[in-house]
Amino acid sequence: MTECITDSPAATAALAARLGSKIKAGMVLCLEGDLGAGKTLLVQNLARALGVEGEVTSPTFNIMNLYQGRMPIAHFDLYRLESETELDEIGFYEYIDAPDGLVVIEWADKFPEALPESYIRIQMERMEQDDSRRILFSAQGNAFQNWIKEWEQSC
Amino acid sequence: MKEEQERLTLAIESSCDETSAAVLRGGRTLLSNIIATQIPVHQKFGGVVPEIASRKHIVNVMPVIDEALRQAKVALNDIDQIAVTYGPGLVGALLVGVSAAKSLAFSLGVPLIGVNHLEGHIFANFLSAPNLEPPFMALVVSGGHTSLVQVKGYNHFVLMGQTRDDAAGEAFDKVARVMGLPYPGGPQIDRLAKDGNPAAIDFPKALQDKGNYEFSFSGLKSAVLNYLNSMKLKQQPVNKADVAASFQRAVIEVLVAKALEAMHATGMRTLVLAGGVAANSALEGRLREAAQAQGIRFYYPSTVLCTDNAAMIACRGYYQSLAGRFSNLYLNAVPGLDLTDMDAEN
Repeated sequence: MTECITDSPAATAALAARLGSKIKAGMVLCLEGDLGAGKTLLVQNLARALGVEGEVTSPTFNIMNLYQGRMPIAHFDLYRLESETELDEIGFYEYIDAPDGLVVIEWADKFPEALPESYIRIQMERMEQDDSRRILFSAQGNAFQNWIKEWEQSC
Repeated sequence: MKEEQERLTLAIESSCDETSAAVLRGGRTLLSNIIATQIPVHQKFGGVVPEIASRKHIVNVMPVIDEALRQAKVALNDIDQIAVTYGPGLVGALLVGVSAAKSLAFSLGVPLIGVNHLEGHIFANFLSAPNLEPPFMALVVSGGHTSLVQVKGYNHFVLMGQTRDDAAGEAFDKVARVMGLPYPGGPQIDRLAKDGNPAAIDFPKALQDKGNYEFSFSGLKSAVLNYLNSMKLKQQPVNKADVAASFQRAVIEVLVAKALEAMHATGMRTLVLAGGVAANSALEGRLREAAQAQGIRFYYPSTVLCTDNAAMIACRGYYQSLAGRFSNLYLNAVPGLDLTDMDAEN
């Protein structure tokens, strides 16, 4: 578990950019955090760092947005889904089972059973000051244990 | 092919939550518009009880088409062309409509027309206002979109600006959620705001610099959250009606100001509102007032045409067909489809 504290949206954005520079194709990031925790801000800056040029917007309504940077990015938001069977209907597993780029899943903790064996878990929480965030990184499964050790140095 | 005004278009829409089919005669005469989730639970058609849950497109698509034909009192063989939403939206959802449309076009031997969902929302206004003609400015506000589009002609669009983060409708839903209101939150906020003071809390309005037609509602959402949190920490009571009214005013002021500024900048004298949030009474009321004060013509679609529906796709498809803008059977779903300025090269 790696803990990063940011004291402003700009600092969260900078952290996301550093994260972007460490991303390897095939990674799955699961984002947890309440509304307004900064999940979309983090993904926007991560995508920017990966070379995405157009607008990166919230996928809450669309459920999934696809972007092309130096690798394809599938950005899911499971907020509006009510049951795990709906994941099948939206083609979720086609992106999760063998990701050819980066997969980012917001509100992934709603469906823990549906997640792949290995992924990076990112928990974002607001602190006492409105703009400060505690961001916890951890590797689930075996595949990303080494990656998370390296990330510890950059955080 | 028949005379243009007699041409029958069958349209299918399945870009996100709703499965819908519609039949349109000519460009403006709507014969039927069936939306799966709006069919009463007990109503059975073609031996099938419709699924009320969202995104059951595969189950719903054929019964919805059958019902659209039945209500229009036409047979499948009468249909002259098939229009379908191919983006933007959710890829798995779009593919159901696109596949159904391609199969129908192939088996009937009629042309296929791929339609942009966002353009469809704008064209809903042609069904509600038979005399409306371009040019005009369109403000598209829904759960998934917030865009200002200059409509120069039936196939000539200029995107002035869109949201950088959350769509306006999404901000409504998320704020409603933290206030403990049921989903979808937009209508709940609208209702609650009627009893509140819109000047009670001063929430921020983003990107107010002149000539900027982009939107951002994520900061506003965070400001509402911060306000609610701070009141909780101070153990002070929250007047939900005031929060709803103040939040709603912050959204609406930005939408209205940018729409009017874009109209001045381009010399447009007609404004149309489109998308699900067009059903918000405060937004419609505020735009109507502003338009009246400035002598601007103002249109917005009826409620059923505001939300996702196939009638608007049929209308957009019809005008594409007049311009000879057909698709071939290789048409694919494009989840991130941008607005297409088809006449840009002319």
